[in-house]
Amino acid sequence: MPESAPRNSGAVTLRDVRFAWPRAAEPVLALESFAIERGERVFLCGPSGSGKSTLLGLIGGVLQPGGGEVGVLGTDLARLSPAARDRFRADQIGLVFQQFNLLPYLGVVDNVLLATRFSSRRAAAVGGDAAGAARDLLAVLGLEDARLLRSPVTELSVGQQQRVAVARALLGAPGLVIADEPTSALDSDARAAFMDLLFRECVRTGATLLFVSHDRALADGFDRVVELPALNRAPVPA
Amino acid sequence: MKALFGIALRSLANRRLTVGLTIIGLTVSVALLLGVEQARKSAREGFTQTISGTDLIVGARSGPVQLLLYSVFHIGNATNQLSWQSYEEIAASDAVAWTVPIALGDSHRGFRVMGTTDAVFEHYRYARSRELRFAEGEAFAGVFDAVIGADVAARLGYDVGREIVLSHGVATTSFLDHGDKPFTVTGILERTGTPLDRSVLVSLEGIEAIHVDWQQGRPPTPGQRVSADDARAMDLQPKAITAFLVGLESRVATFGLQRAINDYTDEALTAILPGVALSELWSVIATVERVLLAISACVVLAGLIGMVTTLLTSLSERRREMAILRAVGARPWHIFVLFMLEATAIGVAAAVLGSALVFGGFWLGAGVIARETGIHLELVAPGQSEAIIVGLVIAASALAGAIPAWRAWRTSLADGLSIRL
Repeated sequence: MPESAPRNSGAVTLRDVRFAWPRAAEPVLALESFAIERGERVFLCGPSGSGKSTLLGLIGGVLQPGGGEVGVLGTDLARLSPAARDRFRADQIGLVFQQFNLLPYLGVVDNVLLATRFSSRRAAAVGGDAAGAARDLLAVLGLEDARLLRSPVTELSVGQQQRVAVARALLGAPGLVIADEPTSALDSDARAAFMDLLFRECVRTGATLLFVSHDRALADGFDRVVELPALNRAPVPA
Repeated sequence: MKALFGIALRSLANRRLTVGLTIIGLTVSVALLLGVEQARKSAREGFTQTISGTDLIVGARSGPVQLLLYSVFHIGNATNQLSWQSYEEIAASDAVAWTVPIALGDSHRGFRVMGTTDAVFEHYRYARSRELRFAEGEAFAGVFDAVIGADVAARLGYDVGREIVLSHGVATTSFLDHGDKPFTVTGILERTGTPLDRSVLVSLEGIEAIHVDWQQGRPPTPGQRVSADDARAMDLQPKAITAFLVGLESRVATFGLQRAINDYTDEALTAILPGVALSELWSVIATVERVLLAISACVVLAGLIGMVTTLLTSLSERRREMAILRAVGARPWHIFVLFMLEATAIGVAAAVLGSALVFGGFWLGAGVIARETGIHLELVAPGQSEAIIVGLVIAASALAGAIPAWRAWRTSLADGLSIRL
C-alpha cells in the first residue's frame, strides 16, 4: 500500500489531528481519532467554542492541521497543495452554512450552478444541460415556481434560501455534504421540513452527511451522534 | 475564467450606485485627459491649417514667432512697420511670384481690419490648398469697400451693402472712430476656420484714405479734415505696411531670399518660413501642454484612487461573498482575479464613456464654442495618442485593482469558509 493512501477509505478519517491558530500557544483542536463511514449520516454537536468550525475547516481543506492525517473520501488532504485542496473541495464537498449561502447578485439557478463553476468533475456529472439539472433539483426541493426562480435571491424566504443552498450542495453528486447549523435561522415547521429534505436527498444521491449543530433536538434520524467536547483533547478555553 | 467574468460584472451591477459614481468620477478624469489632448491637437491643426502655400512672411525686424502671430493670426501687435519702398523692391525680385501685403492697426467693433490687395483672394491658401471664396457679394473694388469674414457677418448680422465705420486701434472699445469715412460691405467670405473669419478686409488705399488727414498718429484738428470724396481723389499709395506674404517661383530660392531679406541694408527686416516659425511656436507651447497633460494625469490618478477606495470599502461587506465562493471551490487567486476584473471593467467603462464624452462633446459643442468665442475647434480624428491614453488608463485601473485584489486574496485565505469578524 503506497504511503500516501490513507489506511481507511471511509468518508472522513481523522487521526492524531492537532490544530492551533498562528501565534496561539494552545491548540484549539486535538483529536485522536474520528471517522465517518461512507453513506453515514452523522450529527456532530458541541457548544460554541468547542472547535466545530475548526474541524469543518480541516475537513473542508481550508485549514491545514499542525499534525496528523485528515482523510476525506480516500484522499489525505494534508498531503495536497492548497490549490489541490480547493479543487478537491469543489469536486467532493457540498457545503451548507447557517445562513447567507447565496450570492445576492446571482439568480436562484445561477447560485445553484456555482457548484459546477469551479469543478469540472461536478460540471461533467450534471452533463450538458446544467441549468436544467439545477432546475430539476430545485423542483425536487419544492422550488419550481417559475416566478420564484426568476426573482432575486434576496426576496426568497430564509427557508427557501436554505433549500437553494442544499440544491447547490447536492448538484453534481459530491461525496460529502457538510451542513453547519443550516436550520438555526428557520422556524420549527420549516426546520422539520428542511431536515426531511436533507435526509431524503442525501439518501437519494448516496452522499455522506456531516451535520453540525448545538441543538440536540435535531439529532433524530441520524445514524450516529458525536459529541465534539468528548473527542477534543485540547484544553477548554477558560 | 468566463464564469469569473460573469460573476464580476453581476457583482458590479449589484453595487451599481457606488460603482456608478466611481465610473463617473473616472470618466470625467479620462474625458479631461482626452479633452486636453484633443484641444492640443485641434489647436495645432487650426494653426497649421491657417496658412498654406506661403513661402515667406516678411515684416519689420522682430522674433519669428511674434511676426507669425501678429501677421497671420492677428495675435498681438507689430512693433514696427516696413516701408512701402522695401516692399516694392522685394516684390519685384525675380524669385518672387506673388505677394500679399498686410496693413493692420484698425478695427471694427473688436474685429481686426486688414488692409491688403485683391492678391489675397488670388493667392492666400488655407487648409492645404483651399482658397478664399465668397458666400455673398464680391471683392472690394473701391477705396471704401470692405469684405467681411464669416464670423463678423454672423455675429454682427451684417449683409452686403451695409455701411460700417472703422475705429483706430485694435481695442474692443475704441474712442477714435474714422466716422467721417464709412465703408460699405461688398462681400462676405465663406467660413475658413482661420482668423480671416474674424477680420474685415479692405484695400490698402482704404487704410491710407482714413489716415490721410492724421498727423503722427493723432486725429486731425477740425480745420485739417479731408472729406471722403476728396481723399478718393488723392494719391493713396501707402507709405508703410505691417507685413507681407511671399510666394516664390521656386521653393529652391526660399533660403536664399530669406537670407537676402534678413540682410537687407536699407531697413531692418525679418523673413520667416511659416512652417519653421510654427514649430518654434510649438516648442514654446509644449511646456504649457505638458503641464496641462500632467494635471489631467493627476486627475486620472485621483479617479483611480477613488476607485481603489470604493473597492477596498466594499471588502468588508463582501467577505461573505468571498466565503461562499471559497466554499464552492474558488481558489484564492480566483478571488484576486475577480477583484482585478472588477477594477479593469470599471477602467474600461470609464475609458469608453470618457472617449464618448470628449468626441461627442467636441462634435456637439464645437458649434457653440465657435459661435460664442470665434474659436473653431476642429475634431481631430483620434489617433495613436488617444489609443495610448485609453490603454494606459485601463492598464492603470487594472494595476490599481491589484491593491484591493491583494487584500481580498489575503482576507479570503484568512477567513476560509467561516467569517471570523
